[in-house]
Amino acid sequence: MKVALSVTCVNDAMFPDVGKAVVRLLRRLGCEVDFPRAQTCCGQPMVNTGYLDEAVGAVRTYVDAFAGYDAVVTPSGSCAGSARHQHAIVGRRAGETGSDPGLASAVAAAAPTYELTEFLVDVLGVTDVGAYFPHTVTYHPTCHSLRMLGVGDRPLRLLREVRGLRLRELPAADQCCGFGGTFAVKNSDTSVAMGADKARHVRSTGAEVLVAGDSSCLMHVGGVLSRQRSGVRTVHLAEVLAATEDD
Amino acid sequence: MSRTFVGMPPFPSAAREALGDTQLRHNLAHATGVIRDKRARLVEEQGDLWEPLRLAGAAVKQRALDDLATHLEQLEASLTAAGATVHWARDAEEACRVVASVARSHGVDEVVKVKSMATAEIELNEHLEADGIAAWETDLAELIVQLGEDLPSHILVPAIHRNRAEIREIFLRRMAAVGRPAPVDLTDEPEVLAAAAREHLREKFLRAKVGVSGANFAVAETGTLVVVESEGNGRMCLTLPEVLVSVVGIEKVVPTFAELDPLLRLLPRSSTGERMNPYTSMWTGPAAPDGTADGPQEVHVVLLDNGRTRALADDTGRQALRCIRCSACLNVCPVYERTGGHAYGSVYPGPIGAILNPLLTGTGVDEQTDSLPYASTLCGACFEACPVRIDIPEVLVHLRSKVVDGHRGDRPPKAETVAMRAAGWAFADASRLGLVEKASGLSGRVLARLSRTTLPWGRPAAGRLPGPAAAWTGARDLPAPPAESFRGWWDRTDGGRAEGER
Repeated sequence: MKVALSVTCVNDAMFPDVGKAVVRLLRRLGCEVDFPRAQTCCGQPMVNTGYLDEAVGAVRTYVDAFAGYDAVVTPSGSCAGSARHQHAIVGRRAGETGSDPGLASAVAAAAPTYELTEFLVDVLGVTDVGAYFPHTVTYHPTCHSLRMLGVGDRPLRLLREVRGLRLRELPAADQCCGFGGTFAVKNSDTSVAMGADKARHVRSTGAEVLVAGDSSCLMHVGGVLSRQRSGVRTVHLAEVLAATEDD
Repeated sequence: MSRTFVGMPPFPSAAREALGDTQLRHNLAHATGVIRDKRARLVEEQGDLWEPLRLAGAAVKQRALDDLATHLEQLEASLTAAGATVHWARDAEEACRVVASVARSHGVDEVVKVKSMATAEIELNEHLEADGIAAWETDLAELIVQLGEDLPSHILVPAIHRNRAEIREIFLRRMAAVGRPAPVDLTDEPEVLAAAAREHLREKFLRAKVGVSGANFAVAETGTLVVVESEGNGRMCLTLPEVLVSVVGIEKVVPTFAELDPLLRLLPRSSTGERMNPYTSMWTGPAAPDGTADGPQEVHVVLLDNGRTRALADDTGRQALRCIRCSACLNVCPVYERTGGHAYGSVYPGPIGAILNPLLTGTGVDEQTDSLPYASTLCGACFEACPVRIDIPEVLVHLRSKVVDGHRGDRPPKAETVAMRAAGWAFADASRLGLVEKASGLSGRVLARLSRTTLPWGRPAAGRLPGPAAAWTGARDLPAPPAESFRGWWDRTDGGRAEGER
């Protein structure tokens, strides 16, 4: 199966190890992984701040970069949600303003973008990916993976099969961490108040590692946990699933 | 003297102040948690029946909105046929004038009120007060707000920011000035507080000649108005006074009586977390003149627009008019839970307020209203909880784009606009993004050398940065950008193959 990796702009620029982990994991599971060099960003930072015109170029680039692949896989619930739910909004806008009249139809014809755990469980049909991660872990289900995509318990099913991993249940797990894209700076006080509560719940589990499927949310909660000198680190789900005894 | 929301600062600064109120934080976390759990249990109990019920409720409201003019004309005809007097009010001013003139025509200087969001929205109490007419709130939470010269902070429980110790103090200090005083030995037991309110209100119920209400639903087919409540004070106001004036938003219309069914099942479960609310009052025009039935002999209905037709004209935002004011979105909202309702600067706070206020008044009117669509992380908990399936995140993003579009001509542009244009430029072409990442990698190396902070796993981090970056780093560490981007790694290693990846 020929799979295109949509690494996301945040992972590309800030967390390249997450992208490397996805490549390693998918190759281990028998996929041919390509990184279409033309890709940039799904456009979500602009769309969610209200800058629809500014997102047209990014969405066009996304659609063109991933044309012709069987599947697009991304280690982000938020970016998968953006591709599946917001690209149509930008396409409509580009048609209305005439900035890219063909974008709406190109979006409608695009291959589906899968969030990593959806791809593993639904397309590849695996929950045991042969991972080994001997740490005490708690898992935060990110809002867009949970409510926009409906990934359900797929991430937990994958984590439960990881050898050596001790999974602790996170209290109030489905409550937002407070990141919210530009919300984190436009409403930084509220964002931090939410992040502090998430960090408190994480710490109450006694876990040494907080795992989630979105690097941006982890950057926010991890930033709070780090500032607190909490002794908890954040690791993207892809990195846990890619880890083996050989590491 | 009562207060209004006029002059509230934009959400981020109002929220900052609210976040520092420890009593508020504690009260809200407790209260929203309790209601949230009650609702969750009832939704779970409904199992597979819940989603079809939501779809049915949404469909009824949507059907009413899709042909609103027809249903409203039918409602007017039905009400008139039943003997009620119908008034149309374009805005708050017109609606308040109608209520005041009805009260004056009966020579009263006071009215008793059923809890009503529409009358709070139009600031009816303040208007009547200026006309020398006292409007007594009779809902327990509204009474607490009114006595405390406070502002409402929740749609269903306007005094949710108060705990029982605070309520006891308000009763002891304020009741005497406006009626029967609280007993001197008042404790903060909920039953004792409720009994004090009951005694205080009873004399107002028995004395009042004019009652004022809103309505949860208005049935076009029959001209029946419906009020759903828990305490029975509404029933008192709707049956004891000789004259009743109801201020009803035009979006409250429901085409047929049978279509109340899904809505009356959705509302109590979503609002108070009950299978059924204790009191559902319905009336169709005045009571029979022969005295065979309780109720007012004169009934007025004020059909209120006040921005609703503006909201209706917005293709994406229109769905907000389906709202049945249950407050489920407030109770599940992680932002509301921490900031409380006052930060939203409106009687409609929380996620629904963040879309309803800008839809009713329009964007670009003032900075406060324009800040509301941004008062959300777009986490989607509100949409999931909404009994009539209002896609609040979708409308929030839509309204953000309207706010942004309203500033496209600004000279000079806002810093945010410049940043978003730059991002849009870089993301439109991978070669541009590659250059940006190389620059970011360099800055990362510099930061890594200067920084004395590391993340717990050893990665260099930026500590407290100056300028705009302070919004992030004031309370959160920020990892320094890596020396090499993923893109750079892929190119250098041929997609990892040069490093021994298969």
